[in-house]
Amino acid sequence: MQAFTTLNGLTIPLDRANVDTDAIIPKQFLKSIKRTGYGPFLFDEWRYEDVGQPEMDCSHRPVRKNFILNQPRYQGAEILLARENFGCGSSREHAPWAILDYGISCVIAPSFADIFYNNCFKNGILPIVLSDADMDVLFEEVEAQEGASIAIDLSTQTVTSPSKQVFHFEVDDFRKHCLLNGLDDISLTLQQADAIQAYEEKRQQEAPWLF
Amino acid sequence: MAKTLFEKVWQQHLVKANDDGSVLLYIDRQLVHEVTSPQAFEGLRLTGRKPWRVSATVATPDHNVPTTGLEHGITDPVARTQVEALGNNCKEFGIQEFSMGDIRQGIVHVVGPEQGLVLPGMTVVCGDSHTSTHGALGAIASGIGTSEVEHVLATQTLIQKKPKTMRISVDGDLPEGITGKDVALYIIGQIGTAGGTGYAIEFAGTGVQSLSMEGRMTLCNMTIEAGARFGMVAVDAVTLDYVKNRPFSPQGEMWNQAVEAWSDLHSDDDAIFDKDIHLNAADIAPQVSWGTSPEMVVPITGSTPSLDDAKDGVQREGWSRALAYMDLSENTPMQDISIDKVFIGSCTNARIEDFRAAAAIAKGHQIAAHVKLAMVVPGSGLVKAQAEAEGLDKVFMDAGFEWREPGCSMCLAMNADRLNAGERCASTSNRNFEGRQGAGGRTHLVSPAMAAAAAIKGHFVDIRGWS
Ligand code: SF4
Repeated sequence: MQAFTTLNGLTIPLDRANVDTDAIIPKQFLKSIKRTGYGPFLFDEWRYEDVGQPEMDCSHRPVRKNFILNQPRYQGAEILLARENFGCGSSREHAPWAILDYGISCVIAPSFADIFYNNCFKNGILPIVLSDADMDVLFEEVEAQEGASIAIDLSTQTVTSPSKQVFHFEVDDFRKHCLLNGLDDISLTLQQADAIQAYEEKRQQEAPWLF
Repeated sequence: MAKTLFEKVWQQHLVKANDDGSVLLYIDRQLVHEVTSPQAFEGLRLTGRKPWRVSATVATPDHNVPTTGLEHGITDPVARTQVEALGNNCKEFGIQEFSMGDIRQGIVHVVGPEQGLVLPGMTVVCGDSHTSTHGALGAIASGIGTSEVEHVLATQTLIQKKPKTMRISVDGDLPEGITGKDVALYIIGQIGTAGGTGYAIEFAGTGVQSLSMEGRMTLCNMTIEAGARFGMVAVDAVTLDYVKNRPFSPQGEMWNQAVEAWSDLHSDDDAIFDKDIHLNAADIAPQVSWGTSPEMVVPITGSTPSLDDAKDGVQREGWSRALAYMDLSENTPMQDISIDKVFIGSCTNARIEDFRAAAAIAKGHQIAAHVKLAMVVPGSGLVKAQAEAEGLDKVFMDAGFEWREPGCSMCLAMNADRLNAGERCASTSNRNFEGRQGAGGRTHLVSPAMAAAAAIKGHFVDIRGWS
């Protein structure tokens, strides 16, 4: 997994609540057996006039000009702002894969759905929770000025707005450690193989019907 | 110390507690389907890892399988590749699969309990958010992402943080005709789609205890629509009756031993929940969703909202977008809304009792002339066989419904079953998101009986007055 340490990037303000994973990446793209290639289809239904199909070439598709991802000033963005309950719905990890493949590695919102939040950390994406009031500041500043960028520092757990206001965010230590170092948690867990085996032996005595 | 049901099962599965408050949790059962597993198996191959305990995992294809013309196989080449990949991965790693053509194949969340693969007190995961369904049996069950599917395959554990606990009690008797689906939608309408975020919910109270096991599964299935990854119901006689004599359930002396252990699977009387909510069963009417989020739901006697009633600007904006997407105006009575298609199926409502309830409504009637398609899709091959043995397939077909092969079907429209842009559907599934049942399609969530009644009348009706 790619590590996440600091990021200073152009930011897209997606002013919507309850953005679900079906919207982030519609189901037809879930037929792929790969982890990459989803970026061109991120927010497919909101982004294009036609209905996207896996593997199609998106360069000539008719786009919905008003949708924020299509506006010239936001091309090349690396950070996404959204409103409450971002990533709700289906557990599809294709949603963070699509976000990452598009080039975004940090999403900031007042709240996230649990499974999506967790899936982000497994893929080198940092989801940041800030209060509604802090979000309002970020939305306002990013919308006000073309080319506005936000700076993120995971080690100090801070978000710096375009006007240099600094907001602190919380992140759990273990996840932070894994993200900063790009650690794969399967290898970490396998260091506990003896404990897992010991648990299984004991459990098999107590509840043999489970084995 | 007094414990909640969730805490009891959680504690029994702790392999190790870490200093930062996270734990390594042992997973008893993993269910696998074709959509969220290929990248996990690929991960094992790339790292040369083997599954930790193959017998803990069982697979079945469901999302992509066609529901008609099975003799032609899967005609969509991309979908076929994915279903074949599941078969090949299961063979390569030695995992049991109920593949297409096996009568046990079906939607994972129908198949798991039906086979006795999910037992009280287990920890159960699947790369699918509706894994919360299995909590109905008193299990800790939750959806996970593909990286975690790989983690469980490789280690039989997950790194988890303990969620907070919430109890939602539905007190009193449910009125006639009110199902697990109505209870689920009503609760989501009350607490919102983020109301349960960060919590494990235990459903309790007489209104929940009086539900059958299938009704409890419907309720727990939709816990994720309230934002909570886990929904649970305490183990009682209804649970034991359901689990007994299933193919993978313990038998003989082992059964007695298990029942003894399961007798503790309820919250202690003085257990404390982080949040305790009480609702009145008597307040629940048949529910219909009007918008594009499951919390946008009203009783059948209600109407779409008035934008001026929104609690803030964000909600007003959300309602306004939803009304536009659904092509509805403010204050429209739900009973005036006419429909084009009907879907009775999904892991929420494709079990035998769902079909019995829908067939009881459909019997002796015809679907309305303008309804283009009304389809009934069983949750598994075994549900299909049981329904046919009871003659329900005939009841449906005589009324003009199509009777299909098992799978997820139009719940998420990954196969050929879908809404066309602008079409409006009465659906027994669990999500009414934009485009969920087909790009531009409009979904209204209801119970099976309400869906059958809507098919016949051509618009939503109150089944409480059905004759
Ligand atoms: S029936 Fe629908 S919700 Fe259930 S597992 Fe299939 S696609 Fe998901």
